[in-house]
Amino acid sequence: MRYFELFAIPVDYNIDLATINKHYLELQRAVHPDRHASSSSRDKLLAVQNAAEINDALQTLKHPVKRAEYMLSELGVDIRAEQQTLQDPLFLMQQMELREELEELENAADPDAAIAQFEAQIKQLDKQYSSELAAQLASNDEQQWQAAADNIRKLKFVYKLRDELERIEDSLFDD
Amino acid sequence: MALLQIAEPGQSAAPHEHKLAVGIDLGTTNSLVATVQSGEARTLTDLAGNAMLPSVVQYQADSIVVGERAAAAATQDPANTLISVKRFLGKTQAEIEKSYGQLPYEFCEHDGSLAISTVAGAISPVTASSEILKALKLRAEDSFAGQDIMGAVITVPAYFDDAQRQSTKDAAELAGIKVLRLLNEPTAAAVAYGLDSGQEGIIAVYDLGGGTFDISILRLHQGVFEVMATGGDSSLGGDDFDSLLVDYFKKQTGVSELSASVLRLFINKAKACKEALSQYQTVNVGLEFDGQSHKVEVTRETFDELALSLVKKTLRSCRRAVKDAGIENEEVLQVVMVGGSTRMPIVRSQVAAFFDKEPLTSIDPDRVVALGAALQADVLVGNKPDSDMLLLDVLPLSLGLETMGGLVEKIIPRNTTIPVARAQEFTTFKDGQTAMSLHVLQGERELVDDCRSLAKFSLKGIPAMAAGAAHIRVTFKVDADGLLSVSAMEKSTGVQAEIQVKPSFGLSDDQVANMLKESMTNAKDDMQARMLKEQQVEALRVVEALEASLATDSALLDEQELGALKAEIAKLVAVRESATTPAEIKAAIEAVDNASSEFAARRMDASIKKALQGQSVDEV
Repeated sequence: MRYFELFAIPVDYNIDLATINKHYLELQRAVHPDRHASSSSRDKLLAVQNAAEINDALQTLKHPVKRAEYMLSELGVDIRAEQQTLQDPLFLMQQMELREELEELENAADPDAAIAQFEAQIKQLDKQYSSELAAQLASNDEQQWQAAADNIRKLKFVYKLRDELERIEDSLFDD
Repeated sequence: MALLQIAEPGQSAAPHEHKLAVGIDLGTTNSLVATVQSGEARTLTDLAGNAMLPSVVQYQADSIVVGERAAAAATQDPANTLISVKRFLGKTQAEIEKSYGQLPYEFCEHDGSLAISTVAGAISPVTASSEILKALKLRAEDSFAGQDIMGAVITVPAYFDDAQRQSTKDAAELAGIKVLRLLNEPTAAAVAYGLDSGQEGIIAVYDLGGGTFDISILRLHQGVFEVMATGGDSSLGGDDFDSLLVDYFKKQTGVSELSASVLRLFINKAKACKEALSQYQTVNVGLEFDGQSHKVEVTRETFDELALSLVKKTLRSCRRAVKDAGIENEEVLQVVMVGGSTRMPIVRSQVAAFFDKEPLTSIDPDRVVALGAALQADVLVGNKPDSDMLLLDVLPLSLGLETMGGLVEKIIPRNTTIPVARAQEFTTFKDGQTAMSLHVLQGERELVDDCRSLAKFSLKGIPAMAAGAAHIRVTFKVDADGLLSVSAMEKSTGVQAEIQVKPSFGLSDDQVANMLKESMTNAKDDMQARMLKEQQVEALRVVEALEASLATDSALLDEQELGALKAEIAKLVAVRESATTPAEIKAAIEAVDNASSEFAARRMDASIKKALQGQSVDEV
C-alpha cells in the first residue's frame, strides 16, 4: 500500500501518529516546492505534485474513516464513490433518532451539558464500529472485508453526526 | 566533474553569489520593503529615512504620485487619491459599498471589472497596487546601486481568498516583479519571531492591520513552521475602528451628510484620534470645515466601548482557529501581535485575557511582516543553501462546487495543508452531451449565494456518449501560493476537456497581458528589450539551477544522458549570448527543460528515499 510505504510505516489500521508526523516533515523537507524554488520549472512542477501527494497521503492516513476506506480500496473493495447502500434498518432507525435529538440540542435547558452528553454517545458509537476494523482489514478473507465495509459505512454516519454537532456548537459560540 | 562556467562582466555565475531578493508587505495603510544583508533582515528606507510608504496613490492628469505626498493631497483631491485600495482587490462594487459604506470615490466598470474614475481615467485596484509595488521596487534598487531584484516574497492576509491573491500577483506582474512566493502575513511574522527566539512549540499570531484581520496557529519544530489553522476577516481592520469614530463625530457635531473632502477630513482626524488614544486617556478633536468649527472630546473609555464589539468579533475567529487546530488555549506557548492596529490598548488587553497570556510585541508590529518575508525571500532565491527553514501553510477557506439547488459541495476543506490536489468525478446527464459547466466557489456556508464565486468553467470537447457513460475527472490544484488551478479529463477516452475560465472577479490573463503591454508603451519602454532581458535572466537561472543539481546528482544519469543534457545546456548558454529575440532564448530554455525531465524525476525520487533514511539531501 503506497501511502504506508511512502511514510515507511507498517500496513496496519492502528497507526503511530507521532512517527507519521515525523516522517511527514522529513518528506516535505525533501520535496516541498520552496526547497526547489531556484530549480528548473520541471523540478518545481514535480515538487508541487509530490508535495500535494504527500499532503494527501497524510490527510488520508490521519483520518480514521479515510484510512479505512483507503486500505479497503487497496484490497480491491472501493466504496469511496458509492451511493449509500446501507441495509440495516435498526441502525438507520437509531440514526434517525440521534438526528432528531441533535436538532433539539439548541433548545435544551443546558445546551453545554446536552452537547457533552451527545458527544459521549458519538464517541461510544465510534468505538463500537471501529474496534473490529484493524482485524478485519488485516485479514485475507473477502467476507471480513465486506464486514469492514459495513462498519465504515456506519462510521460515516457517525462522523457526519459529529460534524453537525460541531456546526451547532459553533453557532452557539457566535451568539 | 568539470562544470560549465558562464561569467560575464558584472554578472558572476558563482553559485553562492548573494542575490538581491526582497520581502514586500503590501499593506492596506502602509507598505514596506525589506531585505537580508549580512544575515540580518532590515527594512529599507526612503531618502528621508522612512521605512513605511503610505499605501496611497494620487492620480493626476499627467503624473502619478505615491506615498507621503499623495497622502497629504487626500483632503484636497479625495476623488483622485486612492487610499486603502487593498480592501478593493478582488471585490465588486456592491460588496465594497456593503462593507465600507460611504467612500469618496466614483466607482465604475472597466473591461468588465471594478475600477475607480480618476482624472487619469478608470483605475483598477490592481493597477493602483502595482504603483505602490513599483515605488518599493525602485527603493530597493536604489538602495543597492541599481542592482536588479531577482525576486520578491509578497505578503497577503492569510484570509485572502483566491481572487484577492490572484489580484495581488497580477499587481506584482504589472510592476515587473518576479514573485517567488505569496506568503501569508501571520506566517511571515512567525518566521521573524521564530528565527529570532529559536523557541519550539505552538504560537498564535494575531494580526490586525489597516484593513484585514488574521489569526494563525502555528507549530514550530526544527525550522519547520507548520500552520495548523488560520482564520480571520479580510474586511476588518483599523479602518473600521476609524469609521466608528467618524460616526461618533457625526453624532456629536450633528452633521450627517459629508462631502468627499469633509469625509476624508473626518477619517484623517478619526485615525489621528485613535492613535493618540493609545497614549492618552482623553483626546480633543478639532473639526473645521465649510466655515464651521467643532470640538469633540473622546475618552479612552468611550472609544473602548465603541471598539469592543469589533474586538470581540476578532476573538470569535481566534476561538474557531484554536478549535480547528485541535488544541486548547492553554497549549499556546506564545501570542505574537502584528499590525499597527494591535497598538490599541483594548485589543492588547482583550487578546491577553482570551489567551491568558501577555502578548509579545518585541518586534515592531508594523515591520515584522516585511522582515519575515525578507527572510524567506533570502532562502528561496538561494542565498542560504544550508537553511532548513520550511513553511507549511494551509488553505484559508474551503473550495467547493455548485451542485443542484444552489448548494455548495466542498471539494477541499479549509485548513488543508497546501499544495494540495483533489479530483472529483462528474458524469453527463444527456445523451451526446459534449459540454458541461462548473461553478467554483470559496467559503464555509452551504448556499452558493453566501460563498464567493471564484470562476465559472465550461468544459468542452467531451466525447459524445450515452448519458452517464462519460466520466469526467476534474482536478483542483492549489499551489504553495494558495492559488487554484483546474483541469479536466474524460477518463474512458483520455480526452482532455478544454477549460474556459471566466474569473468572477479580478482580471483574466488576457486583461493582465493587455495592461502590461499598455503600461510599457505608456512608459515608452522598449518592450522587446525588456522581454529579452527577462529571458536572459531566466536562462541564467535555469543554467545555474541545473549546474547545481548536476554537481550533486550527476551519478543519476548514464554517460549518454549526461552528455545530451550538457549539450543542451551549452546550447542555451550560447543562445543566451547571441539571441536577438526573447523567443529564441525561450525555445532553448524549453529544450533544456525537456532534456532534463528524466533527471528531475530521478532526483525527486532519490530525495524522497533519502528523506526517510534520516539523511538530508544536502549532505549527500
